[in-house]
Order: sequence, then structure tokens, then C-alpha cells
Amino acid sequence: MEVNNSSVEHLPQLSKRFGHLRKITERPGPFCHANFSASPENLEFLSTTCKILIIGAGGLGCELLKDVALMGFNDIHVIDMDTIELSNLNRQFLFRKNDIGFSKAERAAAFINARVPTCHVTPHFCKIQDYGEEFYRQFHIIICGLDSVVARRWINGMVLSLVKYDDDGSIEQESVIPIIDGGTEGFKGNARIIIPGLSACIDCTLDLFPPQVTYPLCTLANTPRLPEHCIEYVRVIQWEKENPFKAPLDGDDPQHILWIYEKSLERASQFNISGLSYRLVQGVIKHIIPAVASTNAVIAAACATEAFKVATNCYEFLNNYMVFNDGDGIYTYTYAAERKPDCLACSNIPRSVSIEDPNTTTLEDLIKQLCEDQEFQMKSPGLTTLIDGKSKTLYMSTVKSIEERTKCNLTCSLGELGLKDGQEIMVADPTTPNTIIIKLKYNTNEVEMK
Amino acid sequence: MIKLFSLKQQKKDGDTNSKSGPQKKASAAQLRIQRDINELNLPKTCTTDFPDPDDLLNFKLIICPDEGFYKGGRFVFNFRVGPNYPHEPPKVKCETQVYHPNIDLEGNVCLNILREDWKPVLTINSIVYGLQYLFLEPNPEDPLNKEAADVLQSNRRLFEHNVAKAMRGNYIGSTFFERCLK
Repeated sequence: MEVNNSSVEHLPQLSKRFGHLRKITERPGPFCHANFSASPENLEFLSTTCKILIIGAGGLGCELLKDVALMGFNDIHVIDMDTIELSNLNRQFLFRKNDIGFSKAERAAAFINARVPTCHVTPHFCKIQDYGEEFYRQFHIIICGLDSVVARRWINGMVLSLVKYDDDGSIEQESVIPIIDGGTEGFKGNARIIIPGLSACIDCTLDLFPPQVTYPLCTLANTPRLPEHCIEYVRVIQWEKENPFKAPLDGDDPQHILWIYEKSLERASQFNISGLSYRLVQGVIKHIIPAVASTNAVIAAACATEAFKVATNCYEFLNNYMVFNDGDGIYTYTYAAERKPDCLACSNIPRSVSIEDPNTTTLEDLIKQLCEDQEFQMKSPGLTTLIDGKSKTLYMSTVKSIEERTKCNLTCSLGELGLKDGQEIMVADPTTPNTIIIKLKYNTNEVEMK
Repeated sequence: MIKLFSLKQQKKDGDTNSKSGPQKKASAAQLRIQRDINELNLPKTCTTDFPDPDDLLNFKLIICPDEGFYKGGRFVFNFRVGPNYPHEPPKVKCETQVYHPNIDLEGNVCLNILREDWKPVLTINSIVYGLQYLFLEPNPEDPLNKEAADVLQSNRRLFEHNVAKAMRGNYIGSTFFERCLK
């Protein structure tokens, strides 16, 4: 077999260091992905072009950073809003005792940069919500090591909003950024790959997440039986009533936890309930799930392998959801999670609505069009849109207080309302089970802004 | 199996320094609440008030029962719909002080579908009907205001009397209830 080594050879570090990866990326084989072409360019792409984002620098994040850095990815970004705590150190091995109190993202990046000199990790010490489309658009792949459903849904929504559709509703492939999502809970974990707009997304499979435990309020108030009931009572009722620190409850503030602990203890003794401990209070308030280092390692390795497969095309990637459980023996199972046809996040492809002239077409005309058009045949559509990222209600006839304050919009032209060519408008109507999205398409490009 | 395009052809641009660019797509919660609101089918005893018509996530529900113990009263509930709606229920608080076995003096409401029995298929409309039902059939079995529940259970006439008195603006025991007649 003849392999052209020229492009890697001038990078001796690379060629020697990644000898094993080269065997995979520079040799064809019967199990390779149909799009795969064996070539040194594969590894070169990883090291020079491919830009990867890791969300979360915690238990999974540390493992992921180590894995992708040693796998040939060089341009790595990591984002995490948290700071390092003592209890992290048993498994988040990029941190040491004197890192406590500092940013996870920054310390993790510094560690990898020092340890793997070919690699450049850029830290972002902030929330994922602090960045917009411009930031997320720059990545080829996003790997998530998150512990929150809300954050997963947010990044899912963000990546889906980056997907562009042609006028005929087909996806522009360049706009698609795969998400590889890992999750662990004790001895259980899962790894999955999401191709936004093409495979099941986070919102399609939301019912896979275990529901949060809630107790009836009257049980908390009158017939508590468990220590958890006492803690929840103090959290839900007493905290709001007494507001001891004049601030919302912060599970990371030891003073807050201590206050809850003391009050819960009082309540528990009142009802003869035993088993209440400071740790339990922490667990209930912060929804702590015990973390097992080896589960993180397995899941992160699976995620990193998928990222490598996606980036090099060397092998078919996961289809598309792997569960892992090593609580009692080892069990794994992979299945194809299906898209939900009415998923609000990913199945809502904007439908084009053609507008003759935005300067003469009024909102009322548009609503009439939606009611009369064969394709829509709506009855009483309520319309909202986003202007500069802020939600704006254009018109809603069914709610009196909204109707009164939005009916003045009816006589305005679309141009006057600040609606641009390509503007997306969310339309709810009794004839559709979900809110649909329409996209205005102006036939005249000139919008006179008054 | 999805045939993935080669990532290699992709040119990525993007400015790392651009913070908080607006998201151009509405969130799933937003889309869902828009449908819920557009399809609100309120009983004639209920009205909604949206202080900011652009913000469908925060609004008030006003219930004026036309029968039962609470006939003639006017009760305001505050709804806060979170980003995880409909997978988490909205947070509902009663802003009117009310002498009621299932509503405490801080405005917490004990209604199963607001907490442990919430399901994403339920809508704002289901909650409205649930709340309306609380005024027609106060339930002394699951009390939040235990005193009121005890009275309802032991002496219905006295309970009725107390409710009417509280709605006119009076002390019941040591608690003062503000007038809330329509």
C-alpha cells in the first residue's frame, strides 16, 4: 500500500506522536465510512483546521479535554461557568488543591496547554448563554459534558437555530454542527450524537431524562414523613417567608445550606423524623447525584471517539444513543433514538410566505393571507416574532388584554413594524397542534424605514 | 443511516469576542406558551392580564367565582412560566390573601397538577380549571391552611361565615384578610 506521507512528515512531532492514529486515518479498510478517503490529510485536518468546543470542564469535561487533546485535536475551546471546589478533586484530575476557587475552564485549559504542547485550549469562564450565534457558528463539533437539562436544551436550540434551510426546505449541510452529548449519573451513563435537523435532538427525547422528584405541597406543610419533606418545606415555604439573607437561595453558599439545615432539623424533630444530615440537605438542595470517576472516563472516551469519527470520517459514527451501566456487571446497548415528528425544537422548519410589498402589506393583510391561503387555512392566528433577540407580540385576538394593546399593529405595514426580509414569525392557531414558524419573503427588496 | 458530509470542506468563521448575540429562534418554551395562550378558553369567571403583551411568560389570572363559598370575591394569581416549560409546571402564586384550606397565607397553592402531578401534556388552561375548581370545592383533606381546613371539616356553616367575613376585610383568628370583593 502506498501512502503519501509528505504533508505530515514536515511535522515530525505529529507523525511520531500519532503513529496509532495514522494507522487508522491513512489506511483504507472494509469497515470504513463510505465517505472516507485514507490520507494524511485526515490527521492534518484534526490538527490544523478542526475547531472543537467542549461544554463543561467538570467530571466529564476533564476527561474529554484530556481525550481530545491526546487524540490530535489542537484547536479546542472549553466553556464553564463554575469554579473549582474541594469535592471536585477526586475525579476532576486537571485540578489541584491550590486551584480551588478558580475558574474550571481556565485552570483546565492551562493544564492541557502545559502538558500537551501541540494543543491550544481557549478557556471561556462564563455561561453558555453569554455567547450568541457568532460564537457557536465557528465550531466544527460541539461535545457536551453537562449536568443540566436546561443547558442541554439551550445548546440544542442554539445549534438548531444555526441550521439553514434552502427555499425548498432542505438543509444546507455547511450550517450543521454535530453535538456529541455525554451524561453520567453514578454508575449509569450515556453518550449520543445529534446531527441537528437530521437526527433526534435533545427535545425529541426529553422524556428520557428522569423527572425531578416533587412532593405535594400539603404533605410538606402538614404530614411530613421523610427528612426530604422537611428540607423541601424549609426551601419552598420558609425561605420565601423569612428570606434570611435577602437573596435567592444559592446552593453553593454554605451559609444558605447551614440555615436550611438548622431549620430542617428543627422541623424534623418536631415531627419525630430522623435521618436528616447536612449532606442530605446539600443533596436535596443542589440535586446532587454521586459521581463515579470511572463512569465519566468511559462516557468521555465514547464521546471523544465519536468526535474523532465525525471529524475524520474514518468509521460510521454511533447511531445514535448508547446507554452504559456498570452498577452490576457491565451492560451497554445502542439504539437509534427517533426524531419526534412534532418536536418543537427541530421539526419546525420555517415555511415561506411570499409578500408582494412590505411597505403596503399590513399585518392585517398578512393575517388574512394566513386564513385564506390553501396551505394554511388558519382560524385565529396569534403572531409573535423576535426583534433583536427580544420577543414581540404582533397580534393575538384571543386574549383581551393582549388584543387591546396589539390591535394598533394591524394597520401598520410590515416594514413599519420592523419586519425584515427573511424575518421569522411564530404563529399559533387552533388548526395546528403546535406553533409554526413562517418566514417572510419579500418580492420587493426595498424596505422604506420610516 | 445519515451520510455525513465531510466536515473538511467546511469553512468556519466566527468572532470569538462577540458576546451575547441575540438568538434568532424562539425557544421551545416560547413556542409552546404561545400556543397555550392563543388557545386559552377561559370560563366566564376568569380573565387574564398581561402587563407586558410582549412577555407571554409572565401574566396574571383573575378569578371571580360566581357560585360557592367564594362567590363575589376577586382573586389574583400570578403565573411565571420558566424556560423549561412544559417539562416543568409554571410557578403559580395567589396574590390575594384568601381564607382557603388549600392556599396558605404566603400565596402557595396546593394543587396537584402544579407540582407532583404536572405533565407536559397539560396546559395553562388545565391549571385555570384546576384553580377555579379549588374555589368551588375547597378540599380539607390536603390542607395548606390547617385552621381553615379544620373549620371546613367540623363546621361548614362557620367556614362559610368565615370566608364571607374574610372577603369583606376582617380578622379571622389573629390573621387579617384584606377586602377582596369584586
